[in-house]
Amino acid sequence: METEFTPWMSLAGGVLIGISAVLLMMFNGRIAGMTGIMTGIIPPFSTDWPWRIAFLAGAVIGPVVFLAAGGAIPYAVPVSLPLLALGGLIVGVGVYYGAGCTSGHGVCGMARLSPRSIAATITFMIFTGLTVYVVRHIAGI
Amino acid sequence: MQKFIVSALVGAIFGLGIAISGMANPAKVLNFFDVAGSWDPSLIFVMGGALITTAIGYLVVFGARKKPVFDADFHLPINKTIDARLIGGSAVFGIGWGIAGFCPGGAIPALGFGGLAVIAFVGAMIIGIVLARSIDGLRHKPAKAF
Repeated sequence: METEFTPWMSLAGGVLIGISAVLLMMFNGRIAGMTGIMTGIIPPFSTDWPWRIAFLAGAVIGPVVFLAAGGAIPYAVPVSLPLLALGGLIVGVGVYYGAGCTSGHGVCGMARLSPRSIAATITFMIFTGLTVYVVRHIAGI
Repeated sequence: MQKFIVSALVGAIFGLGIAISGMANPAKVLNFFDVAGSWDPSLIFVMGGALITTAIGYLVVFGARKKPVFDADFHLPINKTIDARLIGGSAVFGIGWGIAGFCPGGAIPALGFGGLAVIAFVGAMIIGIVLARSIDGLRHKPAKAF
């Protein structure tokens, strides 16, 4: 499935992600990493769960408000439900042990030049690329 | 209360950024990695924009302030070791991301518009985290007890 090359929208989105990371650090002193934020509200809850819930609710509501205001969000899922569930399960295990994902390691950690985050990001980018190659071009799914 | 309100507003900016960038769109994410097929390089611009903005912003914040506005400390990770746990976990995450096309930060903002696909992914991801944490807890309990 082809997707349109959208450098400006993607750049604008990236800058917004960056602004959110900077604001969360400036006001609350927190890393804007989805794995870390989310893990704190999966039972047993961490004691500082309220800000985490607020962040997650904001993250869900933001795009909904944008859509309601007439904005467009291109969205297509070329993956079957069983594979989505399998991928989700694997992602959950991986981000728990890797202690972070694209937002925590890939953006916040890399921006601080954290060696751990740089190592993690290089690793998951390579394995994601290899997996897509295997799924699409070897397994032919 | 202030922290709560800031988190909600910042979460909304994050979610909007993710949604318009294409990170919440599995077709686009998978195409970014499909260099040998229907390649779409857009996500380089997401990464570039997010990284440059965050790097400059962090420098300014850490340079100008001793502590955050609404907290006593900056909560930065203290673990510095690059070990098998970090690399193995990241590799496993990459495999899952390559299968599904969703990562955690891409999936949560899609919950409001992404239908059953993203609900299935997020549900399974939460189960994965719970499973990993239980197994990890079992392994580390004896050490903690003594």
